[in-house]
Amino acid sequence: MRAHFVLSEIGVGLRRNLTMTFAVIVSVALSLALLGGSLLANQQVNSMKDFWYDKVQVSIFLCNENDADNAPQCARGAVTEDQKEEILGELESMQLVDEVYQESAAEAYDRYQEQQEGQPIAAVVTPDQMQESFRVKLVDPEKYDVVATAFAGRDGVYSVEDQRAQLENLFALLNGVNYAALGLMALMLVVALLLIVNTVRVSAFSRRRETGIMRLVGASSFYIQMPFILEAAIAGLLGGLFACVLLVGVKYFAINNFLAQEIPLINFIGWDAVISVLPFVLAVGALMPSVAAFFALRKYLKV
Amino acid sequence: MIRFDNVSKTYPRQTAPALRDVSLEVERGEFVFLVGSSGSGKSTFLRLLLREERCSTGTVHVLGKDLGRLSNWKVPQVRRQLGTVFQDFRLLPNKTVGENVAFAMEVIGESRGKIRKTVPEVLDLVGLGGKEERMPGELSGGEQQRVAIARAFVNRPMLLIADEPTGNLDPDTSVGIMKLLDRINRTGTTVVMATHDAQIVDQMRKRVIELEKGRLVRDQTRGVYGYQN
Repeated sequence: MRAHFVLSEIGVGLRRNLTMTFAVIVSVALSLALLGGSLLANQQVNSMKDFWYDKVQVSIFLCNENDADNAPQCARGAVTEDQKEEILGELESMQLVDEVYQESAAEAYDRYQEQQEGQPIAAVVTPDQMQESFRVKLVDPEKYDVVATAFAGRDGVYSVEDQRAQLENLFALLNGVNYAALGLMALMLVVALLLIVNTVRVSAFSRRRETGIMRLVGASSFYIQMPFILEAAIAGLLGGLFACVLLVGVKYFAINNFLAQEIPLINFIGWDAVISVLPFVLAVGALMPSVAAFFALRKYLKV
Repeated sequence: MIRFDNVSKTYPRQTAPALRDVSLEVERGEFVFLVGSSGSGKSTFLRLLLREERCSTGTVHVLGKDLGRLSNWKVPQVRRQLGTVFQDFRLLPNKTVGENVAFAMEVIGESRGKIRKTVPEVLDLVGLGGKEERMPGELSGGEQQRVAIARAFVNRPMLLIADEPTGNLDPDTSVGIMKLLDRINRTGTTVVMATHDAQIVDQMRKRVIELEKGRLVRDQTRGVYGYQN
């Protein structure tokens, strides 16, 4: 096989079909960017889960003076020192409990002020409105129920809250977004494949004279199909490159320069994760159109 | 070289067969005219030789290979030993004469050195020495057909198949083409030529095979065209 000959054939093919080639590149780029994006989003959600599940606690909120008047579960009055010690003692004796941290109303107030800084509500809240609480870290966060049944409804306990439940909502939302991106990717992929098949068909048709002669002088079908397949592969690879540029661009502009500064609480995926996805995107970009072209040629290029 | 044994060919979705029970043999080095009116089965005959079609019943042997049993991926190997020439030349209009001839060598993977050496030789042989750099569009019909013959011959085929090679040419030019084909035949290449040109067939006095409605109706050595169009 003579590379020079094959390359010149590819060049002719790509130029002759410039608009179609462009359409293929764009659709491949978009579908692959979505593919890479959803892979990265998945990693992001997983790393956030690891990060947050490590930090989440079961919070046992205790009744304060204020609650004693308003909340039915605190009708017996604010929590007493004895009740607190009893709860603390029981928590510390539980095998499931890893750490217990006691947060006073004053600390809760400080934290609240910090979180709501600049919000009008921060000025209205007073320390005596805040609740004391036990922040319990469990060895296995899934076993929240044990703690909940043990302490909910006890005298002096306002409520038992699993912070994980709040995170689950967030993760469910992120997963939903991820599935939507995957669905969109599948759709784009179908569009890209149809475009490739069509491009190959047009390409094969516009070069039927050449391929007819090649056939007659005994060129192997591999040799005849090669330029078409490489043409699709090159268009796909270009699309893959664009997809990589898009992914890197999103990482640099949207995450590093915007989201990471706006939402410092979340640890966003790093460059290593982005870079590890790029070869995969490029490989899919080159292989998928080649395979599509191969099957399209069996139909449109009789050998 | 070529052997047809009780060959019939019926195309899909057609009731009348294009070839009916044709048996014949062509020896190495022969020159054979294939005559018959349009629709008599000449083209089908040639397509079977090239294995563009498979016969429905019977067997076709070309160069010792049973084309009916030949698997698809082996077909190119057989075609490399065949040269083909058509009425409409089938040159690549955006390549020069030399590139057109070289194309036949490139696609079967010949080395650049061999191509550079062989192409001018073959162009000399067909009487187009020095016209390598011309474009097909600049040449006359006769010259274009010579390029096509050069391309068909450049890989030294055992068998040259010509489908009405003079069909688009005036009588004088046709004579030149026939002389060229005759010369190629004398190098030992078997030539099978389908034609409607009575004058040429009568002049050449070669073997004539006549088809009529798919049947072999005449096989005559040193034959004549023999019927009115």
